[in-house]
Amino acid sequence: MNLHEYQAKELLSRYGIGIPAGHAALTVEEAVAGAKQLPGPLYVVKAQIHAGGRGKGKFKELAADAKGGVRLAKSVEEVEANAREMLGNMLVTVQTGDAGKQVNRLYVTDGVDIAREYYLSMLVDRASGRVAMIVSTEGGMDIEEVAHSSPEKITTITIDPAQGFMPHHGRAVAFALKLKGDLNKQAQKLAAQLYTAFMDLDCAMLEINPLVETEDGNLLVLDTKMSLDSNALYRHPDVEAMRDETEEDPAEVEASKYDLAYIKLDGNIGCMVNGAGLAMATMDIIKLNGAFPANFLDVGGGATKEKVTEAFKIILSDPAVEGILVNIFGGIMKCDVIADGIVAAAKDVNLSVPLVVRLEGTNVEQGKEILNNSGLPIVSANDLGDAAQKIVSEVKKAA
Amino acid sequence: MSILVNKNTKVITQGMTGKTGSFHTQAALDYGTQMVGGVTPGKGGTTHIGLPQYDTVAEAKAATCATASCVYVPPAGCADAILEAIDAEMELIVAITEGVPVLDMVRVKRALSGSKSRLIGPNCPGVLTPNECKIGIMPGSIFMKGSVGVVSRSGTLTYEAVHQTTAVGLGQTTAVGIGGDPVNGTNFIDVLELFLADDATRSIIMIGEIGGSAEEEAAQFIKDEAKRGRSKPMVGFIAGRTAPPGRRMGHAGAIVSGGQGGAEDKIAAMEDAGIRVSPSPSLLGETLAEVLKEKA
Repeated sequence: MNLHEYQAKELLSRYGIGIPAGHAALTVEEAVAGAKQLPGPLYVVKAQIHAGGRGKGKFKELAADAKGGVRLAKSVEEVEANAREMLGNMLVTVQTGDAGKQVNRLYVTDGVDIAREYYLSMLVDRASGRVAMIVSTEGGMDIEEVAHSSPEKITTITIDPAQGFMPHHGRAVAFALKLKGDLNKQAQKLAAQLYTAFMDLDCAMLEINPLVETEDGNLLVLDTKMSLDSNALYRHPDVEAMRDETEEDPAEVEASKYDLAYIKLDGNIGCMVNGAGLAMATMDIIKLNGAFPANFLDVGGGATKEKVTEAFKIILSDPAVEGILVNIFGGIMKCDVIADGIVAAAKDVNLSVPLVVRLEGTNVEQGKEILNNSGLPIVSANDLGDAAQKIVSEVKKAA
Repeated sequence: MSILVNKNTKVITQGMTGKTGSFHTQAALDYGTQMVGGVTPGKGGTTHIGLPQYDTVAEAKAATCATASCVYVPPAGCADAILEAIDAEMELIVAITEGVPVLDMVRVKRALSGSKSRLIGPNCPGVLTPNECKIGIMPGSIFMKGSVGVVSRSGTLTYEAVHQTTAVGLGQTTAVGIGGDPVNGTNFIDVLELFLADDATRSIIMIGEIGGSAEEEAAQFIKDEAKRGRSKPMVGFIAGRTAPPGRRMGHAGAIVSGGQGGAEDKIAAMEDAGIRVSPSPSLLGETLAEVLKEKA
């Protein structure tokens, strides 16, 4: 689960981590009220969307030379004027795609006089199975670019979970950032606080870019991206309540209510599959046959009538879908039971596009018979390759 | 021969009295697995589907001489259950549970190092040696005793590989699902090492997917071993060529991020190591049969 910048900063500040003062706002009035509580005279108005590159982003509705999604304001009046221009409009950044994302929330913060910028992120390193902290003196830049052009400027520290974060880890961070004196001490303390926050909150990824040194000698988190491990949200109901569903695809939100893993893609062939690996492989084989999948959908282990019905509805909510491929490797589930579920669900949703079904597992013959005798235009396939060929040719026929 | 489990393996189930634990323990019994008991705290001294229950893994192990444990405990208690099995020095722990928090697995992974236990999973279908021992949720009916070792990150793609190698008459020595989570107990290399060392395993199918670099590391291992004169015919498949970057494809570990973990890099690394990568998931069995024919 991704968080907005203001939510992430609020969580970090609970651990004593320094952030610029700021207030979230849903309306122009709230933005003004927020600004009035700040000391001024410099303010920053930041669009809150789940995508990076906001500063260099462009608003669709505004002139091409209009400012982006992060704006400086020199008075409360300027905060108001900027908030009015930003709220409700579509911000297009390198990460949003051409459609952009609607700005529904703003974050009005205190302006900061920046002396230097640094980079710090944390993630679970898959190779070592440990939490890693990645730091660089090259703050404010695209870290993947830094990793490519000057990898020697990136330092990675992995932390043994048995000992936890030790003072030597903090020193490694502070010296990697080439900090001296009090700033060096601040960095050591900050690194320890970040580790505690990361572990406490069950973070999947935490990126601070930039971490800034202010003119008056303080380290502050100027911008941050935080995502939490969805599997651990049950431990953090207060953080789960911060979920902003308007940032997610409506069909994906609907699917998650039924415990279906659904991801919308750009093609025209809807897929319903059991198992994530097989679902990806099904997408791949559709492409091998010259078409493109409309979605990824894993119905999970229990492909019941109810789940299949919901899955059909979600797949068909995408107007681009011109045919559906159902691929179920029954395994322990019986194919006749699954076939019954598919037929009932297809009737329930008045299925009007070609449907190819591939079933495998126990009672596969009875399953095929149920599909063939259903009176519905269901084509049954013998294996995965056959299924992909059939759905691609059915869709071409129907077009 | 086989790897990890055989007809002599005595198995207990942690979390046996739940719906999933009951169903799959019964299926394992029906398959002929030596299921010898279960661990359900508070139900020690009772029996469930004919098997004695114990309050702790240590008690179950002492009473039954089990060497393997299958874990169906729900996500919130799963890491604790695995750690209990490590403390009790169970040789093999197979965790089926999907949805274990990744930081819990970071702690488990640390506890495994230097311990007497090997963990398979979590978020995996388990381990099966045909006609001998089934731990987990794989459908026994598609297996046939034979010569192919199967290792996979995905459950249902494991079934594809097993089904197809049965269809072409090769059969399997053992199939191992290592699971789809970013931090797991056993990686490809560990299983490949066992398959290379197992005389009955004459060829190997390895199924990976997008995310992380376990497939690249496995390919490097295969390459290094071949230089030492150890090699077996191998066919591979990588799921997720069409997956968009930055999105988690069902499995917690299946994500291409920051240009890392993409399918094409993995396929290239595997091909470079002499593994024949099948473009289609429906041609695993046929491709392996072809490779074996060419070598013969």
